[in-house]
Amino acid sequence: MNLTVVLAINSVTLGGLLFLLSAGFSLIFGLMRIPNLTHGSLFMLGAYLGATFVIWFKLDFWLAATLSALLVALFGGIVERFLLRQLAGQQQAQVLVTLGIAFMIADVCLMVWTGDPIAVETPQWLVGTTNLLGVVFPVYRLAVILIAVAIAVVLWLLLERTRLGAMIRAGVDDPEMARVVGIRVSRLFTVVFCLGAALAGFAGVIGAPILSVYPGLDFDMLPLALVIVILGGTGSLLGSFLGSFIVGFIYNFGQALLPELAYFVLFLPMLLMLLLRPQGLFGRHVP
Amino acid sequence: MTGRWLGLVLALVALAALPAWMPGTYYVNVSSQILIYAVFALGINVLAGYGGLVSLGHAGLFGIACYAVAVSLAAGAGHLAAILVGLAVTLLGTAVFAALSLRTTGIGFLMITLALGQILWGLAYRWIGVTNGDNGLTVASRPAPFGFSLETATAFYYATLLTFLLGVLAMAVFANSPFGASLAGTRDQPRRMTALGYNVWMIRFYACMFSGLLSGIAGILFVYYNQFISPQSLSLTASAEVVLMVIAGGTGTLMGPIVGAALVVVMKNVASAYIERWNFLLGAIFVAIVIFMPEGLVPGTVRLLRWAMRSLAGKAVPAGGDGGR
Repeated sequence: MNLTVVLAINSVTLGGLLFLLSAGFSLIFGLMRIPNLTHGSLFMLGAYLGATFVIWFKLDFWLAATLSALLVALFGGIVERFLLRQLAGQQQAQVLVTLGIAFMIADVCLMVWTGDPIAVETPQWLVGTTNLLGVVFPVYRLAVILIAVAIAVVLWLLLERTRLGAMIRAGVDDPEMARVVGIRVSRLFTVVFCLGAALAGFAGVIGAPILSVYPGLDFDMLPLALVIVILGGTGSLLGSFLGSFIVGFIYNFGQALLPELAYFVLFLPMLLMLLLRPQGLFGRHVP
Repeated sequence: MTGRWLGLVLALVALAALPAWMPGTYYVNVSSQILIYAVFALGINVLAGYGGLVSLGHAGLFGIACYAVAVSLAAGAGHLAAILVGLAVTLLGTAVFAALSLRTTGIGFLMITLALGQILWGLAYRWIGVTNGDNGLTVASRPAPFGFSLETATAFYYATLLTFLLGVLAMAVFANSPFGASLAGTRDQPRRMTALGYNVWMIRFYACMFSGLLSGIAGILFVYYNQFISPQSLSLTASAEVVLMVIAGGTGTLMGPIVGAALVVVMKNVASAYIERWNFLLGAIFVAIVIFMPEGLVPGTVRLLRWAMRSLAGKAVPAGGDGGR
């Protein structure tokens, strides 16, 4: 199997994980108009919680992932309700608060789980490889891709086919008008923040067997989410889906082919997008 | 007004005599650190305070200066040449930084500067051929301007103090200049400023350059102070720390960033002596100040003092009656 194929497989897998991370980030950004700088930390928190459930409590991997997602969602809800809500309308202050919380989470994780990386084992029945269209594919990576696509479909149905989804879309497009027609936009903030946090936490757990869990994972993931949302456009599910795979490819191929300039290559498309099309591929407004 | 001048003279005397009344070299070094970060914070305050543009990437500009000096010295340049190269490269970097980030304001500006800061951090971390990666670069010696060696803590302190005072003077001139006023105008009423015929973009660009210059000067002092530079100094945490100094002290005030720098540097040194959880404390203070004292400690304290004075004078004025502005 040649290098390009391996890199492509890794890129698609990373793209799937990044979609779970960036979908929530994008919706929060679209609705609340702020980049949630705790998003990478929520991913890391989920990963640490999941690792704890799997390794120390011997829980089933998927149960651990679900539990972690719920706990992280609860945490996100508390942050939104009791801290960000205090600063309603002051976006700059809200961003700074999310940054402060990100530092606090990073330090608490360091204190609780120490600085050593934690390896999480792949669930037993997903170990090994399978032959897919003539390519040897690791089963777990395939599973991650399938989960990401399934969640993408569910999110799309939620946004396009339900009443809640219609309200969220209205809030993203024009929060004042949405309020005028009787939608409780501030309640949507909490719902979307919890949903985004749950997705990030879940992504952290299912990403753990691939990325492992280590201090600094938070600020490794946050810039990726930022790049994706700028590329795809805030508040757009399709945008973050496409953006995730673009970034997945750029990240893996950049690391392999231009290791010294990997970061530069990663941020270059984002800068170009900001200069040429600031609303992103599918965005509805300029951040 | 006379009270203010008296305070200023007293502060200057205390600063000039500091190595005499400080108990040891360690404290003189901490004082140098405070002054270095105060210069950096003054630079951030030009944008955050007067321009209303919060940058989360300035540690990158600070770092450009550090690496430019360290790399020039390693290449065999003299100290004067290295410092000039450092300033030139920083200004060049700032011009690119400004051209890219000033496409937007507010949250957009914050995000682009964050991304640019991460790019610079990534370069410092990964471009091992030039920056030596995570291991960093060392600087063998400190300069000796006009024959005065800066190798001792006290000598370096005086060099830093001199630079700091020049920086404060520059800020005071800037804040009272037509340029400072027009920058504040672009912060409060960009549309009206445009209607009045001001080139809002150009004013912001010059403000960025001034801010970058101060950050670069702070960077050069920093690299000579530590005689070492590593990617950690360019991290998002480093940028956020300086933004915290400015916000904590009070954005848009002359003294605020200086007080903020002193507060954060002292806490960092004291806290790291007793506990390891500096980042937690940093985050917690950040959150608390943004939520409870958004105007910063200096204006907040001034407000409280005024209120106390008036209460003592017998005029019952409710707290915050004048809004502290």
